Amino acid sequence: MSALLNVEDLHVNVAEGKILKGLTLAINPGEVHAIMGPNGSGKSTLANLLAGRPGYQVQSGSVTFAGINLLELEPEERAHAGLFLAFQYPVEIPGVSNMEFLKASVDHTAAANDQEPLSTVDFMRRTKQVAADLDLDPEFLKRGVNEGFSGGEKKRNEILQMLLLAPKLAVLDETDSGLDIDALQTVAKGVNSFRSADNGVLMITHYQRLLDYIVPDVIHVLADGQIIRSGGAELALELEEKGYGWLTDQPA
Amino acid sequence: MSPSNPAPTQASKTAAPKGPERQSSDDAATDFMAQDYSAGFVTDVESDTIAPGLNEDVVRFISAKKGEPEWLLDWRLEAFAKWKAMTPPQWAHVNFPPIDYNAISYYSAPKSNADGPQSLDEVDPELIETYNKLGIPLHEHAMLAGVVGADRPNVAVDAVFDSVSIATTFKDKLAEAGVVFCPISEAVHSHPELVQQYLGSVVPQTDNYYAALNCAVFSDGSFVYIPKGVRCPMELSTYFRINAQNTGQFERTLIIAEEGSYVSYLEGCTAPMRDENQLHAAVVELVALTDAQIKYSTVQNWYPGDKDGKGGIYNFVTKRGLCGGARAKISWTQVETGSAITWKYPSVVLRGDDSVGEFYSVALTNNAQQADTGTKMIHLGNNTRSTIIAKGISAGRSNSSYRGLVRTSPTATGARNYTQCDSLLIGDTCGAHTFPYIESKNHDTIVEHEATTSTVSDEQLFLCQQRGIDTEKAVSMIVNGFCKDVFRELPMEFAVEAGKLLEVSLEGAVG
Repeated sequence: MSALLNVEDLHVNVAEGKILKGLTLAINPGEVHAIMGPNGSGKSTLANLLAGRPGYQVQSGSVTFAGINLLELEPEERAHAGLFLAFQYPVEIPGVSNMEFLKASVDHTAAANDQEPLSTVDFMRRTKQVAADLDLDPEFLKRGVNEGFSGGEKKRNEILQMLLLAPKLAVLDETDSGLDIDALQTVAKGVNSFRSADNGVLMITHYQRLLDYIVPDVIHVLADGQIIRSGGAELALELEEKGYGWLTDQPA
Repeated sequence: MSPSNPAPTQASKTAAPKGPERQSSDDAATDFMAQDYSAGFVTDVESDTIAPGLNEDVVRFISAKKGEPEWLLDWRLEAFAKWKAMTPPQWAHVNFPPIDYNAISYYSAPKSNADGPQSLDEVDPELIETYNKLGIPLHEHAMLAGVVGADRPNVAVDAVFDSVSIATTFKDKLAEAGVVFCPISEAVHSHPELVQQYLGSVVPQTDNYYAALNCAVFSDGSFVYIPKGVRCPMELSTYFRINAQNTGQFERTLIIAEEGSYVSYLEGCTAPMRDENQLHAAVVELVALTDAQIKYSTVQNWYPGDKDGKGGIYNFVTKRGLCGGARAKISWTQVETGSAITWKYPSVVLRGDDSVGEFYSVALTNNAQQADTGTKMIHLGNNTRSTIIAKGISAGRSNSSYRGLVRTSPTATGARNYTQCDSLLIGDTCGAHTFPYIESKNHDTIVEHEATTSTVSDEQLFLCQQRGIDTEKAVSMIVNGFCKDVFRELPMEFAVEAGKLLEVSLEGAVG
């Protein structure tokens, strides 16, 4: 089986310096991976780099996504290819209704993949259903994108977008941060319903808490730009008990 | 500007005042419609030519051509005398070389065969591309682009037949309601008492330099009269869009809404219209009497010139409404995307107690365009209310300014104004400026002013891209969201067109 995402010996710089220093990672279809690590270890850099955010320079290494060289693609082309990033801090777009934004997103993605767009009626029906599953009031679809949303609403809105776009790989960048326990369970329910044999999930998190609700197949510990340890779900418990110091204090 | 012959020598040959040429019968609306069109197609072009230059003879010539009554000629001459003593306003935040008023031809100058594009092949391909994007039928391209001969029937024959029949249907329906809607040159003959009473009553001759010029040499425009208690049975838009051609560069419009009447009027066109006349100085006057309502919407997309602004239209317009009676209401809604320079302040004089003035504006500038636009709300009556929502969008190297005056006079007890003025910047080479003036002369008034400046942020664009939406579409979506408060004031079909128009106008603004 060929990997959905293959990151090989990736070195990445930002203006402030070197962030990723030889990161290697492979995610197969059907797998959920979690990347944990202390602040500043490069977790969000990896997420942003995969999505194509400007400002990240690849020094060496490669990223293959669904068999194509991801690094050559524009951000929207990566999205069209099926790569989704749930943002850590979703930005507001005042005046553009959430529904309008979602429709544009789904339509553009369908068009780029030579698919027929959903009819407006079908789209709205589906969107309302998914929103209800995420405990989002239908009124919220009429509001501006993330405009005046609470932290929990913003994160649930990201999951809503993920479910509607049905990407091949969803990268969740600290989706659990700022969520109370009820919202966390709702988000986890959404992600778990998304899991299938065909797609993959890459969760970036600081806390073990999320992994109680979304049980990963593989956990990686990222420190100083490299994955220093990988293991099964049990690794999270060990980390919870001993802290990152347990791993970072000894040579990888 | 090239120096020109100060004396209209050619005019002296052809400008001999002729007697009234109008048909005496005013029963057949179709007749004058047909006549209006035939005037554009069949009339001997030579006899309609007047050489560039401006003097009293030219004013007399224009008046005579239209067979105007003595009082109107006198009014024009009076305005001309006053104009000569005036100087162009310098306060606007716009730059352009001085205009040589003697280099302009003042009577329906036909497009010069030497200067105009000879065929669509000679028209700026980007303009044609824009027509395609806006979905404008091919047979209208040449006409809009000002191709020489394109207004002759062999090119636009279908359009002409269609519009005459449609216009006739409208005309019947309007006549049934007692609504008068005709060219102002026609109204001068059919309703002289109304024209004489109201012409210049809202915008006085000496209001400003360009208005004075318009009074002296106005070409044509629309006249609307809504009788007491009548709700105009249709939006005066489609009809106007068909008829809007050839109103000339000094357009004059007068709308009178009698007690308790209502009318919604829409001028303009989303298509970027080319015109050989660089200067456009229109005057629009609205009169709303007790309990009457006038809603006036504009979509202005005159040719903005090339990327450096060369060849673009100067749109120097005076628009003002008078709420003459209690509870009258006037709303201006404008979407300004065209012209090299826009200088325009649709205003409302709130004289009647409890009268209401509204101004909703979107002004978009790109490339080298300059816009200095806003409004004036003059509160005279008690408990008068006004709302101003102005959205400025700047891209490229353009400059967009909001200039607004809210004045509450000592007689305007209980007056209220709310102003919201938002600027959106796209890129880092454009400018947005706000010049709000507030003059409150009555303690018992409330005037609120809110202003914001924002940019289309990289973060927003990246969010859109990550969701599969390319930057150009993203910008258009964000800009449309920014303008939503104004677009919802537009008639439905125009709101959609306006959105599309912004998208096309902003192409290439990012990335």
